[in-house]
Amino acid sequence: MANDPIHQFHINTIVPIEIGGIDFSFTNASLFMVATVAIAAGFLYFSTSQRSLIPGRAQSVAEMSYEFVANMLREGAGSHGMKFFPLVFSLFMFILTANLIGMFPYFFTVTSQIIVTFALSILVVGLVVVYGFAKHGFRFLKLFVPSGVPGVLMPLVVSIEVISFIARPISLSVRLFANMLAGHITLKVFAGFVTSLGALGALGIGTAILPLIMTVALTGLEFLVAFLQAYVFAVLTCMYLNDALHPDGH
Amino acid sequence: MFVTSAYAQTAPAASETPAAPAGEVHTETGVAHGGEHESAGFPPFDSSHFASQLLWLAITFGLFYLVIQKVIMPRVGGIIEDRKGRIAGDLEEASRLKAEADAAVETYEKELAAARSKANGIAEAARNDAKAKAAADRTAIEAELAAKLAAAEARIGEIKTKAFAEVGAIAEDTATAIVDQLIGGKATGDDIKAAVAAAKTGA
Repeated sequence: MANDPIHQFHINTIVPIEIGGIDFSFTNASLFMVATVAIAAGFLYFSTSQRSLIPGRAQSVAEMSYEFVANMLREGAGSHGMKFFPLVFSLFMFILTANLIGMFPYFFTVTSQIIVTFALSILVVGLVVVYGFAKHGFRFLKLFVPSGVPGVLMPLVVSIEVISFIARPISLSVRLFANMLAGHITLKVFAGFVTSLGALGALGIGTAILPLIMTVALTGLEFLVAFLQAYVFAVLTCMYLNDALHPDGH
Repeated sequence: MFVTSAYAQTAPAASETPAAPAGEVHTETGVAHGGEHESAGFPPFDSSHFASQLLWLAITFGLFYLVIQKVIMPRVGGIIEDRKGRIAGDLEEASRLKAEADAAVETYEKELAAARSKANGIAEAARNDAKAKAAADRTAIEAELAAKLAAAEARIGEIKTKAFAEVGAIAEDTATAIVDQLIGGKATGDDIKAAVAAAKTGA
């Protein structure tokens, strides 16, 4: 079982809670969600508690992540988009922290659960739809009608636009989920090769170096992916929010 | 949940492939309980935990959002704004001070130029004064010297005429003495006077 690459995604109940016949147990996934939020919020809170004019290292990191997301949102959705800054910043920090926590051995990766990433992307797309209709009414539907398209092609283009819009929550959630899942499985499989080859004696230990090198390289890659997927999620959130803010400004 | 159904079909196939090497290891290491979780399906698509995950995600992410919105954002935004304001203020202050310094340098140079020209004037005046005084002193000394020279010349002339006047008397005395020695008798003063006068005019 120690070498089962799927084992790390198992959800184990820690405190059983059942309300109205539905299982709301506090699980290892819940524990790591709490840890993610505690670490992310704690880091942002304590690193900035000095409010130094000249920031230290921790405060620099907090300010950099703040300005990174702020610039991303301003470029992606314009200055009107800044009202969504708390959401985008929360999403970015939550996903980034969850991804990075998942890099520790024996730790649970919150973002490797499709239901979590799907809930987050539904939150984003739902917000886009609700805000779009609330702000622009039916003009929001102009989103699906690009300007400058010949009349004959219009039905085709509109249907493509509608399908791509519907596909957004799926692509947004599956991208993050699949990246984290695949990366962790690959790491586990290669790490498993190291131990199983190492058990074969001298020759096995010699060949075990190859998957060991691979595991080290993949670990580096996974740290990149952990950051990149949080960034991609945040950037796409900004782009989708831009649609809600400026539906006719493609 | 259309995502789940679509992926659930591919899930067993995906989970079997990496499970194959794992199975080999279990038999070799003698761990007997491999594969007991595989029967439960691929864990991320196990819908029995969805409700719990959604609830806890809503609680934790909702709290996180509130903390970000109420505490972190005003604080970090405030720090960054403060710094921007401080930098802008400092730059403004620096440019103001620089303008002040430039003005001070300008006044200083103006005053320096004025002082220099004033000093030149004073030096010029002093030089002219000194020159005039030197010239006056020289003329005074020259006049004095000329007067002294004239007095000396007058005295020389006086002494000369006096000397010339005394030459006759000396000659008379000398002649009397010579005559005394030569002839042993006394020559009268009148004869000698006459002879000396004759010699003087003759010479």
